[in-house]
Amino acid sequence: MGHRVTLRVNGERWDLDLDPAETLLEVLRGRVGAKSPKVGCERGDCGSCTVLLNGQTVRSCLVLAVEADGAEITTLEGVGAAGLAPVQRALLQHNSFQCGFCAPGVVLSAVELLAEHPHPSRHQVQEALAGNLCRCTGYEPIIQAVLAAGEEP
Amino acid sequence: MTITRSFTYVKPGSLPEALALLAEHGRGAAVLAGGTDLVSWMRDDLVAPEVVVDLKGVPGLGGIALVNGTLRLGALATFSDLLRSPVVAAAFPVLAEMAGTVASVGIRNRATVVGNLCSAVPSNDAGPVLLAAGASVQVSGPQGERTIALANWFLGPRRTALGRGELVTGVSIPLPGPHGGCYLKLGRYRGEDLAQASVAVLVLPERRYRIAFGAVAPAPFRAAAIEEYLAGRSLDDTALAGASDLVPGQISPITDLRASAEYRTHLCRVMLVRALRAAAGRLAGDGPAYGTRLL
Repeated sequence: MGHRVTLRVNGERWDLDLDPAETLLEVLRGRVGAKSPKVGCERGDCGSCTVLLNGQTVRSCLVLAVEADGAEITTLEGVGAAGLAPVQRALLQHNSFQCGFCAPGVVLSAVELLAEHPHPSRHQVQEALAGNLCRCTGYEPIIQAVLAAGEEP
Repeated sequence: MTITRSFTYVKPGSLPEALALLAEHGRGAAVLAGGTDLVSWMRDDLVAPEVVVDLKGVPGLGGIALVNGTLRLGALATFSDLLRSPVVAAAFPVLAEMAGTVASVGIRNRATVVGNLCSAVPSNDAGPVLLAAGASVQVSGPQGERTIALANWFLGPRRTALGRGELVTGVSIPLPGPHGGCYLKLGRYRGEDLAQASVAVLVLPERRYRIAFGAVAPAPFRAAAIEEYLAGRSLDDTALAGASDLVPGQISPITDLRASAEYRTHLCRVMLVRALRAAAGRLAGDGPAYGTRLL
């Protein structure tokens, strides 16, 4: 115990007293109550714990929460807070998910991609989404939705 | 699963402060940069440091700079930094080609090149390209600064020449001038797998070649015998077949859950030929664009 850490999660300030062994994923789910980052493989392979840390996707299972002191963190809850983002609408329209376990990581990876490349190529979409394992869909409806979001003006 | 062993977390604000912590705690200290290896190793109980020293507060350890023909990567430079760097794209694009094969975007945003070298797993991606380039590692420690040639860096799986209390501050890459490069990485599937085998090739003017393999020996290594065989030869079918025939004598792959030794050996021969062709084409100006899938 004993580390005073300030996180900004989806615009909200959290002052927390943390043990350094707590991962960002554990703190977001257990203390902040943001449940969209999922506990999946816990080794950085599956992408289900993905959050944005200062605008960049990270695997929150591999980040110590103390490392994120002072950082801006966005979870899926923050992306949809002011109404669905264009890429979320596209994912809905393409019926891209079935079970939805990978959805938080996919959406945040797509948000990061579209912020840097508003009109990505298929290859860029595949690269950006690689590492978000989906066991339901075979990826194609997800890729199509992100490409469609990238075609919007 | 959580990290079960408790530890102290320290984020020094200067290099001397970081070195003092490493001197004080010796092997009980672990250095944290991106954490993609360290945090998962701590969770798996492969390492149990008493003190974790986070380098991200130390000024001057980030960045990518080109100074007098030498590309310098700071200890905090990530694989994503390599992919975004206009300096890398212009001066040494094979480095970005390599970075693009590392894990996923979310890992590349955190994982550092220096961390990859320090973790020193046999399948590390940074090693082969940097060995082929003749890179060296800058180290600070209790006795001051020293430079370790990457050729002398890897001592075995997860073992490096880094001494007690020492810290890697960056990597220097002497740029080869006109060259064509290629990094090929074989995985079980496209995207985010560790290498089953990898090869880095630099083709230089006057038919000089530099070749390094990864994941098919205890550590990445330069294939000196193949470089010598090819020196002065054009890459015609005879030379490529001759180089390919030398591969089994140069590598020492194991059979593990990712691939059999036989498969790795066969694919190393295929990959060497493809990488040589691509790199030669890139030197000549008519090769495939960097980052093109060649496997």
